[in-house]
Amino acid sequence: MTVLARVLAPIAAVCVTGFARVVTGVRGNWFGCTPAPVPRVYFANHASHGDFVLIWTVLPAALRQRTRPVAGADYWEADRIRRFLGREVFRAVLIDRNPAARRADPIDAMVSALDAGQSLILFPEGTRNTTDEPLLPFKAGLFHLARKRPEVELVPVYIDNLNRVMPKGEFLPVPLLCTVTFGAPTRLQDGEDKASFLDRTRTTLLDLRRPGGG
Amino acid sequence: MTMHQQTLLLFLGIGILLSVASLIGWALARRAGDKPSPVVENLNARIKAWWVMVALIGLSFLAGKTGVILLFAFASFAALREFLTITDTRRADHYALAAMFFVALPVQYYLLWIEWYGLYAIFIPVYGFLILPIIAALRGDTTRYMERVAEMQWGMMICIFCLSHVPALLTLTIPGYEGRGLLLVAFLVIVVQSSDVLQYVWGKLYGRHKVAPNLSPSKTWEGLIGGVASAVLLGTSLWWITPFSPLQAAGLSLVITLMGFFGGLVMSAIKRDRGVKDWGRMIEGHGGMLDRLDSVIFAAPIFFHLVRYWWTV
Repeated sequence: MTVLARVLAPIAAVCVTGFARVVTGVRGNWFGCTPAPVPRVYFANHASHGDFVLIWTVLPAALRQRTRPVAGADYWEADRIRRFLGREVFRAVLIDRNPAARRADPIDAMVSALDAGQSLILFPEGTRNTTDEPLLPFKAGLFHLARKRPEVELVPVYIDNLNRVMPKGEFLPVPLLCTVTFGAPTRLQDGEDKASFLDRTRTTLLDLRRPGGG
Repeated sequence: MTMHQQTLLLFLGIGILLSVASLIGWALARRAGDKPSPVVENLNARIKAWWVMVALIGLSFLAGKTGVILLFAFASFAALREFLTITDTRRADHYALAAMFFVALPVQYYLLWIEWYGLYAIFIPVYGFLILPIIAALRGDTTRYMERVAEMQWGMMICIFCLSHVPALLTLTIPGYEGRGLLLVAFLVIVVQSSDVLQYVWGKLYGRHKVAPNLSPSKTWEGLIGGVASAVLLGTSLWWITPFSPLQAAGLSLVITLMGFFGGLVMSAIKRDRGVKDWGRMIEGHGGMLDRLDSVIFAAPIFFHLVRYWWTV
């Protein structure tokens, strides 16, 4: 399995990003920063399972190698294909979303990835947003991560239109154009408390929304 | 001259024009040194994209009717996704959106391919018009229902129906002009697109008075009059590739360049409404597919029906 998986993983990666490009014509807008090989936390809105695939697709190939999505273990451990994709292709940092049952602290897993020079893709809403609101309230994860590694750049990333391409519960994607907009990096400020940090980072992300998705 | 010789001559002429344009662009960039202005950079990007577009049209011409239909089906697809991207549809419109991409579009171009005029002329304005709101209604979401359906109808008419009237020219049978439909397509596209380019050039050189400051800051009376007049002259001089007399070619050129101008205006109004500058970024320097085709989309159905009414049997 492992040798085969090693061979298949890069092929699967090309297929996944190629498919994402064809279906969504996705474009990356680097408005607030440039793609740089430093450990970063890309925090994004979450409306579809394809969200981190889109971010991953618009990253330059060299950065893609070292950028790992943070994802729920319950979803990505569910069957062989997802396990292969999650572990070998996306090399996701899998976390247990159920606080009662988990043995390892999810923040520690993220911190060790950052310490290894890798970047993370994080969805601070914690779950997929299926409401009409553009963004749900943020969970505390981003704050705890920022407190443990205050020097790491937190980059807001707004993914536009993917929820229309593939709404929850549909199986046929509609090929509308998607954009992935990268904002200016931010950090936890001195003396900033949890509520105001989460509020500020959420506003930063909302500000990246562009009318009509242009 | 045979049709092949005429086509060859036409593409040769376009090649020479583009070479001259490339040379001018190169000279302008050189004169500016290492700091070429955004206008010059954009001009050169536009010229480069023109080479690609002309090459694609040339390739499709080599493949004949099927090639041209496939090219415009692809253009429709690209235009439709740009248009629908800026509409305000909801989750309940998913099937309606899918039906446009995966049913309406391929069926319309298939009907063209089998040359069934009686159906392709009404397929979208009648069947599509009625069935699309039914599909949307069946999902039971009434929030902004009328706006959503109206926007989708617009997209379907503009991006599929109207645009499909360019390759539809190939299905017309004009006595004494059999088998030359490709040249009619070339005439329409060359006259309308060169009108766009000439309006841009005249506007950049002499533009002072804005035609519609609220809609488009770049459209000026000087550009409009100079561009349309010179494009009509060009169209008249191309009468030899058409079934028209020089005077008829001039008249039709005037109609399609004016329709093209207004097409640009209407599509600008939509962009303004939605707060976007360009429809997309597909074509370097030009914007999206719709930025390039807005004029052709408005000119094609009128040109098609004028030719069909007066020149076919």
